[in-house]
Amino acid sequence: MSTIAPAASPGTSSPSDTASTSSVATRDIHFAFGGNKVLRGVDLDVKGGTAACIIGPSGSGKSTLLRCVNRLLEPDHGEVHIGGRSVMGDDPDALRQRVGMVFQHFNLFPHKSVLANITLGLRTLRGLSRDEAETSALTQLDRVGLRHKAQMRPGTLSGGQQQRVAIARALAMSPEVMLFDEATSALDPELVKGVLATIADLAGEGMTMLVVTHEMGFARGVAETVHFMDGGRVVESGPPEQLFEAAASRRLQQFLSQVL
Amino acid sequence: MDILRTLQETFLNLDAMGQALPELIAVGLPNTLILALCSAVLGTMVGMLLAVSGLSRSRWLRWPARIYTDIFRGLPAAVTILLIGVGLAPLGLAIWGPNPYPLGILALSLIASAYIGEIFRSGIQSVEPGQLQAARALGFSRSVGMRLVVIPQGVRRVLPALVNQFIALVKESSLVYFLGLLATQRDLFRIGQDQAANTGNESALLLAGMFYLLITVPLTHVVNYIDSRLRTGRHGDGNDGADDPEDDLAFAVTQEAQ
Repeated sequence: MSTIAPAASPGTSSPSDTASTSSVATRDIHFAFGGNKVLRGVDLDVKGGTAACIIGPSGSGKSTLLRCVNRLLEPDHGEVHIGGRSVMGDDPDALRQRVGMVFQHFNLFPHKSVLANITLGLRTLRGLSRDEAETSALTQLDRVGLRHKAQMRPGTLSGGQQQRVAIARALAMSPEVMLFDEATSALDPELVKGVLATIADLAGEGMTMLVVTHEMGFARGVAETVHFMDGGRVVESGPPEQLFEAAASRRLQQFLSQVL
Repeated sequence: MDILRTLQETFLNLDAMGQALPELIAVGLPNTLILALCSAVLGTMVGMLLAVSGLSRSRWLRWPARIYTDIFRGLPAAVTILLIGVGLAPLGLAIWGPNPYPLGILALSLIASAYIGEIFRSGIQSVEPGQLQAARALGFSRSVGMRLVVIPQGVRRVLPALVNQFIALVKESSLVYFLGLLATQRDLFRIGQDQAANTGNESALLLAGMFYLLITVPLTHVVNYIDSRLRTGRHGDGNDGADDPEDDLAFAVTQEAQ
């Protein structure tokens, strides 16, 4: 239950937060897959109720960092704070109920209907009755415009629809924080817009979000802060206009020149 | 023509068949079904335990499962049935009395579970790691995620192989005759074989074989049905909403308008 000092780097803010929207902060996160060091001391802050985008080249550690935040991967070193409080001593399963995650490949449960994908967690983990869970699930499906697909199997939906169901599934658990791991990278271009609109909508509602994305336009439009990762570290952080218009580091300049 | 008549007399003697038929129906069929069904249920349960143990992160569960599978998959079925059925007979006598069925079923289950365990294991392993990760991201523990998300998918994928194993079990159930069966305990094979041995005519055995086909052929069709259903999806689950980019675009426009 340790609180942490405000981040040292400019452009970030203290993670202390008492509002219903929780801040997220990572402090000196290290992680290695075997001998391969993927994260080499990541400090990052997301103010409560804002969206932060993480950009960077493949292999820079973006997805690994997200998985350290909800402790799908246990950091070798360092701390994650949510709502100003370290979560490293928490039960990881309980922590993940507070932190929603959306994956690149949706990872919907193909043997269950769209509705059952969403009610599974509500009934098993939250202990809701079938009726309560279905009402809650349908509310979330309304939000992503897919109530009419409730009884379908995920495999019969388009990629964009599947990803919106995955977002609804995560939101149904009433998370304090949402993590998006390249949520549109596996989609055909014409399907990207609908998913981005859903995420942007969520940002507009004041959900604390950490979004790993290759959609620079989205990062520019929705993020309050953009973090550029390379080689397992956050190389540069700041408001999107600062990062995109006046990148300080040579590495970010190179990266932007390649992707923009 | 003599040869044909001899063959007909040997295999298709209707009198011999008629004599065996009542016993095949009243005694042999129920006994074969009891042996096969009980071993299938027990073998499936033990098989699932073996599969889960085989996939465990603890070597103390993994290794015993591995050794068990190697032994019971590697031994000839007749050897296992004799070792269990005769070797444990004194124990069985004390518990169940002079009935070879419990030990026969146990032996058949041990053999079947070794195969079924491997079938389940391959099915469970074929489920994409992202499925467990998604379950865990929702807050499920590893074991609950496996039970609710991964194992059901893995089992569905191997249903055809599982039914094939049940077919093998129906056929292998005939091996319990090694254990010595009373008249009322005889299975399909034993009744056909007894009749054939007593009369020197194989017609009753052929009829017993037809009864086996009556059980196994529909099962093979069940395999084919399951296989095609898994391939194409359930009726009514068709491609209704797939590749529905217009819906996605329409949704994006609505969102932007808000």
